[in-house]
This record gives sequence, structure tokens and C-alpha cells, in this order.
Amino acid sequence: MSLDLPPTLASGGCRTSPVLKERGQREVFCGLTGIIWLHRKMQDAFFLVVGSRTCAHLLQAAAGVMIFAEPRFGTAILEEKDLAGLADANAELDREVARLLSRRPDIRQLFLVGSCPSEVIKLDLARAAERLSGMHAPHVRVYNYSGSGIETTFTQGEDACLAAMVPTLPSTTARELLVVGALPDVVEDQCLSLLDALGIGPVRMLPARRATDLPAVGPNTVFALVQPFLGDTHATLTRRGARHLAAPFPFGEEGTTLWLRAVAREFGVDEATFDRVTAAPRARALKAIATQSAELRGKSVFFFPDSQLEIPLARFLARECGMTPIEVGTPYLHDALHGPDLDLLPAGPTISEGQDVEKQLDRQHAAKPDLTVCGLGLANPLEAKGFATKWAIELVFTPVHFYEQAGDLAGLFSRPLRRKALLGKEVAQ
Amino acid sequence: MKLTLWTYEGPPHVGAMRVATGMKGLHYVLHAPQGDTYADLLFTMIERRGHRPPVTYTTFQARDLGGDTANLFKDAARDAYARFKPQAMIVGASCTAELIQDDPGGLTEALGLPVPVIPLDLPSYQRKENFGADETFFQIVKTLAKPMARSEAITCNLIGATALGFRHRDDVAEVTRLLSLMGITVNVSAPLDATPADIARMGQAHFNVLLYPETGETAARHLERACGQPYTKTVPIGVGATRDFLHEVAGLTGLSAAVDESGLRLPWWSASVDSTYLTGKRVFIFGDATHVIAAARIAATEIGFTVVGMGCFNREFARPMRAAAKAHGVEPLITDDYLEVEAEIERLQPELILGTQMERHIGKRLGIPCAVISSPVHVQDFPARYSPQMGFEGANVIFDTWIHPLVMGLEEHLLTMFREDFEFHDAAGASHHGAKAVARAEPEDAGGFTPPAPPVGYLEKEEGEQGVAVLGEPVWAAAAERELKKIPFFVRGKAKRNTEKYAADRGVAEISVETLYEAKAHYAR
Repeated sequence: MSLDLPPTLASGGCRTSPVLKERGQREVFCGLTGIIWLHRKMQDAFFLVVGSRTCAHLLQAAAGVMIFAEPRFGTAILEEKDLAGLADANAELDREVARLLSRRPDIRQLFLVGSCPSEVIKLDLARAAERLSGMHAPHVRVYNYSGSGIETTFTQGEDACLAAMVPTLPSTTARELLVVGALPDVVEDQCLSLLDALGIGPVRMLPARRATDLPAVGPNTVFALVQPFLGDTHATLTRRGARHLAAPFPFGEEGTTLWLRAVAREFGVDEATFDRVTAAPRARALKAIATQSAELRGKSVFFFPDSQLEIPLARFLARECGMTPIEVGTPYLHDALHGPDLDLLPAGPTISEGQDVEKQLDRQHAAKPDLTVCGLGLANPLEAKGFATKWAIELVFTPVHFYEQAGDLAGLFSRPLRRKALLGKEVAQ
Repeated sequence: MKLTLWTYEGPPHVGAMRVATGMKGLHYVLHAPQGDTYADLLFTMIERRGHRPPVTYTTFQARDLGGDTANLFKDAARDAYARFKPQAMIVGASCTAELIQDDPGGLTEALGLPVPVIPLDLPSYQRKENFGADETFFQIVKTLAKPMARSEAITCNLIGATALGFRHRDDVAEVTRLLSLMGITVNVSAPLDATPADIARMGQAHFNVLLYPETGETAARHLERACGQPYTKTVPIGVGATRDFLHEVAGLTGLSAAVDESGLRLPWWSASVDSTYLTGKRVFIFGDATHVIAAARIAATEIGFTVVGMGCFNREFARPMRAAAKAHGVEPLITDDYLEVEAEIERLQPELILGTQMERHIGKRLGIPCAVISSPVHVQDFPARYSPQMGFEGANVIFDTWIHPLVMGLEEHLLTMFREDFEFHDAAGASHHGAKAVARAEPEDAGGFTPPAPPVGYLEKEEGEQGVAVLGEPVWAAAAERELKKIPFFVRGKAKRNTEKYAADRGVAEISVETLYEAKAHYAR
């Protein structure tokens, strides 16, 4: 039964490990940050944040390089007079949207994105989206979701965005595979060509590159997630009658194989075909990982919570690169999503959910990991103290899924260690 | 509600963070939701600081809003004091916390912490980053600095340098050195690198040097009133301004303004014949008012450029900006909307932009060289080497920085003469820049001139203009298009604009080669 998922580890994995739940200062981005990649993924969409100057500044700072090539996002900055009366704010929003759409006739999907201030003043963006959809239909569809920091952490912004789209997707009774989660175009193409080679189809993607390519969904839809942070999207798809194929996430050779296996088994792909299609890319992935993992083997790693990629990545580093996770922090733990990866993660590390950053830094200092995976705010301060770090946002902004990127993924972790060795033990700061 | 794509300034609490992060021994407790911690990376990544900003964020969530966010704040303030033991604390709210009105000042006062706690009231929906820095530093100074006996030797304080400031680190060093040439030592430089204890002894200084009015003027005015310390009004950026500054200091202290200028190279670099080609190059200058006003003076009188436009994003300084623009004979552009700045640059077609990181991107898009002279900044504006803007070394740095983006003098001549050489052509860019020169592809259609794609900023299509943009505008004859292409890239945009305007003004429907050269003669300077 080689198409079966492997049994859970003899040691029981981490699925039943006690979880350290923490509450305190969180050193993480809010959900607005997802706009940075979503606006590139959906080429006819505009993301209009209704928020404050802080929101605009965050997007600018998080974009890092300030991508000036015609951003398809902007911030409608609330001003003193908007806070005085809500009717006024709605009228202002209608005016700004009308101006925006008249200047950008190429926009087919408009996302009104809620922020902390818009949530606190209870600006009803759902109703605004309905009203605006009525005004600008059929050319533009207006959605809304919240990317506010009081409700979403970093990658949850993509989850909220996709979850907002699901109820509006057309219905179908066709048996189709839906692959859910934004992937870099090159990775999406690889994923589709692997599925095609396995004879699986039709395959739909969410998000789609254009509004006209949006999938339909219904009781015969089965969906596989390629990102581990799509809890709400999982729930809304399930409500539409679609069925989730639980699997480890497609990171590394093993993760990709198990993910493909889960899909292949659902679609009745025979073992010979599966082996024929995956043998060559599996061998390439193993070879590429081996080159990088020489530097990782036997080293310890500590994850600060950031993108919810932490559990699958810890699984990859532990099983395919020979690293020892000390603590695996994640903003949120979803059993339905992370369970298969937790099953495979060898017991031992502390699994923590949420954050009290000062206490976690104390634990990290005491543990003295060889490599620390953390956000941009912590990376240089930790480097200055002599710790090697991998800044986590790069894991979200780099193609890391599926076979052909498995070596690159390992390389993201080995490079800081290699660099530290090159530069010697003295730290400049 | 105002639609913004990119902002010149962050919110006011980021200004407060610039003060707190620049200082030592001060801690900032900020009532803020999850996500506002993004601001840490401005300091740790862009400025490459090796420590976290001394800021504790309360990180309230939606579920806390109905409950007790006030206690959350008190716990965070108490824990922050216990963990960091600062000499003083500042407390305040970010934009979201301002809406829930928890009164961080009152809450912290109730804790009875054994150090001064300074409450900040920064209106997030009205003001911006520079105001936040200026107001925060003023509140710290007001609370901690008291009148006291003057130091025996003549000393001064340097005021206004913050974390994440454009070259603040090196300006402080350069001005300290400059003042030492006059025999003056620096008592305290603040906020950058000062502790609350240092602020408390600012009253010892004989006078204050206001380096950055944007972030220090309110504190300087306060010290003038409260401690009887006059402050300098000249910002020493450029040769002339530095000399004026020395004379101003001489007036305040009775010391001689004559100092050793042997390290100053800008005047000769500018006078030497290689620089002749810089004469009258048209520059557009935009940034914070202080840097722009200083840059305009340098451009016009020390390098020999022509200032064709100038402006600032900080309205607080509109008045001095208007006065300076008038002196240069241009209308000032005072706006924080970068699309307006882009439209103005496109209209003016300058040969060089002196701007911020925003204008650098605009310049890249329009194919106009740009040197950065002001915040907002990016990682490349924090060089490892010493590179002040102020004082005589600052003037040297400015000469190099502004000339670098341009094509070199002799190269400019050669490009004009042999612009169709397949290897040495203008599309390859300046020879001293890193980008790889690309051999020119032979045009598929010899007459197929394609004008540079217009920038696609969505301000392009104003209401009413949509779809009729080309109606009534002159069209280019094929021969004229080919001729236009022979004009070197660094002036081609301007030539195209001028010719089109010339043709439109005279009702010429089709632009011929003659029209092009008539326009050239018309606009010849």
C-alpha cells in the first residue's frame, strides 16, 4: 500500500504534545501585509485599505523595496472628520472608489480591506462592498475582508481574503480538484504540470490570476491547501460542500510526495504512474537538499511565530535536513491543517502558540540555538548578540514549495550558517 | 478620507519612536494593536540597528476591546519598567488606541513608578511623523531640562538628531568637529545618543545649535524661554550656509568665525573646468523643507545649476519654503501627494532630481537621474562610510553625491556626437554606473519610433480627459520621430515636451523635423 500516508511516528509525533499558549507583546505583522503578494498574484485586483496613516506606512515598510511599479493597492486614510460621523465616511469611500475605478478601468476585482481603526469605529465595509458592487457591477466585483491587527496575524490576511471570495464563487457539481493558496507563478505552473502528468484534472486554483479564471465550487469539489494558514478558507469551502484532502504541506521532497499522494489516492492514480511521474523530480529534490543539508545536520533551530509556516518547516528541517527543533512557535495552531505535519514532527520541541516576545527571547537566549527563525524586527538584534538568524518573511516571499524548490528551501536555512562561518566568530556590533 | 499610495511621513507615534530609539535609557510604552510592531523593522532593517527599539507594545486584540484594555496597558507598563529599568518612560497611543481613549498617561501615573513618566498626546488623524518626533522631544525636554548654572567653558547643545534620520549620525560628528575648531565643546547632543540624565543637564550649555528644525524646533524654542539659551537659525548644509552658521555662532559667543577650511574641496571641484558642463543643468528639488532650502542654495550658487522647481512635503514649513522658492524665482510645490510630485517632475523634465527615496523611484520611471537629499530614507541612505551633509565635509559629500548620477562631462559630449554608435549609444546609460551596457537592437522598422511609455500612475487620466487625451494634440511625422531619437536620452524627454508644447501653441498639427529645430531654437537658453 505504498499510496497510503505513512503511519504516525512510533514516538507519537507532536500532535499530542502539550502546547505552550502565550499572551503578550507579539512581534508580528498584521494581515494587511498579505496585500504585498496578493496584489501581484491577482493581476486585475486592487486592494483598498480603509485605515490610517499607520496602515499606509506599514505597507510601504513591509514592501521593503517600495515597489513603485504601479502598485495595485492603496490606503484610504481616515481623517479627523471621518471619525466624527459614519454617513460621511461612507460617502467619502464611495467617492474615492469611483475615482479609483475611473482611473483604473483594468480593475475587475476590488477588495475593501478593513483595518484596526475601521474595525474600532465599526465602519461596515461589508455593506459598503455590497453597495459598491451594485454601483460598479458587472464590470467590477467588490469584496471586503479584514486585515486588521486586532483580528489577523500576517498570513491570515490571505486567508481572510480568500475566505471572502468563496461565498461568491459560482456553484458546480463537477468533480474538480481545487488547489488553494497563493503560489508564485513558477511554482503554480510546476504544481499544475505534476498534477497533469498524474492525469488529475480538471484542476482549479484559488486565488486565480484573473477574475475570469475564478473557480466554481460545490459538493463534488475536493480541495488541497498549499499554504498552512488558510483555516477560514478551509471552513468556508467546507460550508460550500467541498471536501478537504488533509496532507502534509508540499515543502521538501517528503512533504511534496505526501501531498501529491493524498491527491493521487483521491483521484485513483495507480502506483506505477505515481512513481513514474515523481521519480525524477524526487531524485532531483533529494540531491538538492543533500547539498544544503550537510551544513544543517545536527544543528538546532528555534522558531519565533510569524507566518504559520513554522510547523511544516520544522517537519522539513527535522526529517529531511537532520536539524533538531528546540521550540516551534506559531501564531495559531489548526489541528485540521497542521495535524498531518505535527504527526510527522518528532516529539521533543516545545510547541508554542501565540507570543509574549520578551519571555520567548529569554527562552531563546537560554537555549542558544544554532539557528533562529524570526521576524525582521528581531533578526539584526539577535545577530548582534551572536545568533545566526533566518528572517522569516523571506520564506513567504521566495518560491519554496514542491520538488524543484526543495533545495532552495534548505538553502534559505543553510545560508545564514554558511555566512556566519565565512565571516568568522567576531560579530561587528 | 484621502487615497494614498505612498507616504512621505509615517504616523506621529513613529516620530516618537525615532526619538525613543535614538536615545538611551528611555523606554516607550505604546498602546497599540498587533501589527504596529512593524515599525521596529524601520530601525533594525533600514538603519541596521543592532538592538530592538526600546518600545513595548500592548498588543490588544479584538476580543479585548469590550473588556479591559486599560489593565492590559497597566500590566505592560509595569512589566516594561521591571524588565528594562529605564531612567524615564514615555507613554502614548497609536492611531487605533487613540480611538479607544484609555488615557495611557493617567493609567501610568496611577502605577506610581519611581521614574519620570512623560505622557504623549499625538493626534494620529491630524498630524504626522515629524510632528510626533518634534512634540515628543519637546515633552521630554520640558519635563527633564531645568535652568542651571552655565558651564565654565563655552558649550552648546546639538538639537534635533534622531534615529532613522537622513545622515544624522554623521552630521552630529561633523558639526561637533566644526564647533571644536572655534573652541566650543558640545554639552549634550539630543535626542540621538542622549540619556534622560543628559537631557536634565542641557541647561548648562551657553546656546543651542538647532540641526533639524523639523524634529527639534519646539524644544529649541522652549529652551530659549525656559533656560535662556539662544539657538542658531542657520542650518550648516553647503559652503555658504556653513560659513553663515559659523558667523552666527561667532555672534552668539564672541569667538572668531575664522576656521581652518583646508579640507573643503567643493568650491574648487565646482570651479575646475571639468565641471563646466554642469552649468545651468535644470534641477528639481523635493524633500523636507530644511534640506530642500539648503539644497537649492547649493545648486544655484555653489554648483551652478538652474533650480526649475522645488517643494516640500511638510506643510508646517510652508512659509520658509515659499520664501526660498520666491528667491529662486519658482512656484513652490507643497504637497504630501507623491503623484502630484511625479506630475510636476514630468511636466518640468529636469535633468536632475534632488529628492527623497520617492523621487528616486519617480526618476527611475521617467529616466531622470536622481540624488537623495532628504528623508524618507531607505537602507542605502545609511552608508557604512562617513558621509555627513553638514559642514565642510558635508559639502564635499554633496558635490560627489549629486554629480554621480549624471553622465560624465566628456561622455556627454561624445554621446551627443556619436549617439548612433551601436556600442556607445545612449540607451546603455552612464558608463560609470553598474548596470550592464546593452548593445542596441536594430529597429525592426526603421521609422518605428516608439515614444517612452508614459508612466502609468493612475493620476494620468483625470476625469473628463479619459479617452480624448490625443484629440487636438500635434502628431509626430516619421522623420521627426527619428530625429527626436537622435537627441541624447538625458535631454530627449525635455525636447519632446518642448516641441509638443511649441507645436500646440502654434496650432501645428504635424511635427516635422523643422518644427523640432524651431522649437529647439525657441527654447535655447
